[in-house]
Amino acid sequence: MSDPLVAHGLGYRYGQAWVFRHLDFHLPAGCLTAILGPNGCGKSTLLATLSGLKTPVEGAVSRQNSGLALVPQSLEPALPFSGLDMVLLGRARAISLFSAPGAADYKAAREALTRLEAAHLADRPFDVMSGGERQLVLIARALVSSSAVLLLDEPTAALDWHRQAHVLNLLRQLADSGLAVAFTTHAPQHALDFADHVLLMAGPERQFSGIPEDILSEEALSRLYQLPVKRLRLSGLACSTAIPVFRGYLSGSAVSPEGEA
Amino acid sequence: MISGMRGKTAPCLLLAILLFSIFLSLSLGRFNIPLKTVAGILLEPVFGIQAFWSETEVQVIWAVRYPRVALAAIVGAGLALAGAAMQSLFRNPLADPQILGVSSGAALGGVTGILLAGTGWPAISGSFVGGLAALAAVFWLAGGSGAGRGGTVMLVLSGLVVGAVGAAGIALAKYAADPDNQLPAIVFWLLGSLAAADRQSLYITLPPVLLSAALILGLRFHLSAFAVGEEDARNLGVPVRAVRLLALGAAGLATAAAVAVSGVVGWVGLVVPHLVRLGFGANHRWFFLNTLLAGASYLILVDTAARTLVAAEIPLGALTALLGAPIFAVLLRRLRGKTDV
Repeated sequence: MSDPLVAHGLGYRYGQAWVFRHLDFHLPAGCLTAILGPNGCGKSTLLATLSGLKTPVEGAVSRQNSGLALVPQSLEPALPFSGLDMVLLGRARAISLFSAPGAADYKAAREALTRLEAAHLADRPFDVMSGGERQLVLIARALVSSSAVLLLDEPTAALDWHRQAHVLNLLRQLADSGLAVAFTTHAPQHALDFADHVLLMAGPERQFSGIPEDILSEEALSRLYQLPVKRLRLSGLACSTAIPVFRGYLSGSAVSPEGEA
Repeated sequence: MISGMRGKTAPCLLLAILLFSIFLSLSLGRFNIPLKTVAGILLEPVFGIQAFWSETEVQVIWAVRYPRVALAAIVGAGLALAGAAMQSLFRNPLADPQILGVSSGAALGGVTGILLAGTGWPAISGSFVGGLAALAAVFWLAGGSGAGRGGTVMLVLSGLVVGAVGAAGIALAKYAADPDNQLPAIVFWLLGSLAAADRQSLYITLPPVLLSAALILGLRFHLSAFAVGEEDARNLGVPVRAVRLLALGAAGLATAAAVAVSGVVGWVGLVVPHLVRLGFGANHRWFFLNTLLAGASYLILVDTAARTLVAAEIPLGALTALLGAPIFAVLLRRLRGKTDV
């Protein structure tokens, strides 16, 4: 069986400057992929290209017909929406032109909110929700679409630690149930703790991908964030974690600048 | 106020308000008829009630007031729904049928009709031709239904252009009109009025408004989805092109039908959907139906005021503007900083 999402030699540029180029990416079913990279490295652009919102300047993306859901970082609806109404929009693909969501759709929408521990958001107006609450609603919206591919743009950016763990654990479960899931994040720990696969976007033509343990070395992370990063194995835990040494930035030690923008 | 009124309560309440408005409007006028008599006359064909009213009262209700009340309901419902559809399509709570240039185009068509052949049928058919031509022009300018990214902006700008052409044409027509006969007719018609309502105007307006309402109510879910943005809607699987084409056509048709029989009655498409959102929320299931019912009641009540407030009739278009502008101003202040469009 071929992967539900495959991209070859992908390139995108704004004006003359390439955001990324020669990028190969494939998302197998049952796999959770984390995408890491500094601000402005093109993570969101990559997701937009993979989902078909943007047409790649170079290369090609092949998507299977099994549906793809993209969870944007944020959304400003022009007219008032309740949380439940927003989640229901996720069913749009399955609802024919002249019909509206039925009882089954409402049930699925409420279940998706419950799955995200966000049932209380159903009747709240979307425009007065906090950033984190909006993210939960948008993830629920992607869940009810029953797509085989789920792309999430910084799904944990506005969430507290408990909800970060909850959402990432949910993504893990979704991948284990056979979905192809990719998310962008600024926390290497997310990749180390949950992901099967990581894509590191270090520069327009410098991408590394592989198993998180291998790719996210102290050297690679230190270079990526231009800041000393320590990998620690905590006693009593099977996994290891990555800790940024923010003070290292102040003292200017341990980083060999690579001249990256 | 999304959590305000749930489910069917809102449409039931609005239906009750509509029925009350109809009764009130049939009862009030230069010749007042008690509500009890109105009820008796209306229910007589069904229940065969013993007549306790005069033949004059029957005449006033069925021949004079009924066509006007029915026309107000149809025009109000059509304009309100057209406005609601535009607001979703353009992702802008301040959008209205005039944005498309359809009101203006239909008015130019109507004025041309008056100029060439007089009021009545020529004005009516001119409005239809002008309104639909304006819609076609907007579509052609905006690149048809295949208008790509930024298609909405292109549509709004195209509507602006078409509206400007319509306004210029109307100015020219006024200049060319015979100042004794044609000019007063044109000016009065442009002000907007339901005074000329008769059964014939009902037959002209009802089919297009029904068709338009059926389309917009049918599209309710996918049309609501436009409010999150066209890109996001497409990504969710909303058939963006089909919805846009059908909803625009429906809104254009309803506007042209309304202008054809009542001239330019502005602000209804703007004010009514806002009041409905404020009072009953905007959920996919009921919003458009609520808007239809509220639009009908709104125009019946305003038209009743137009013909009963003072001895001479106030032009309906002037009254809807007078009522609409303050409501709009309040909404504008509330929305300040919330919309980027």
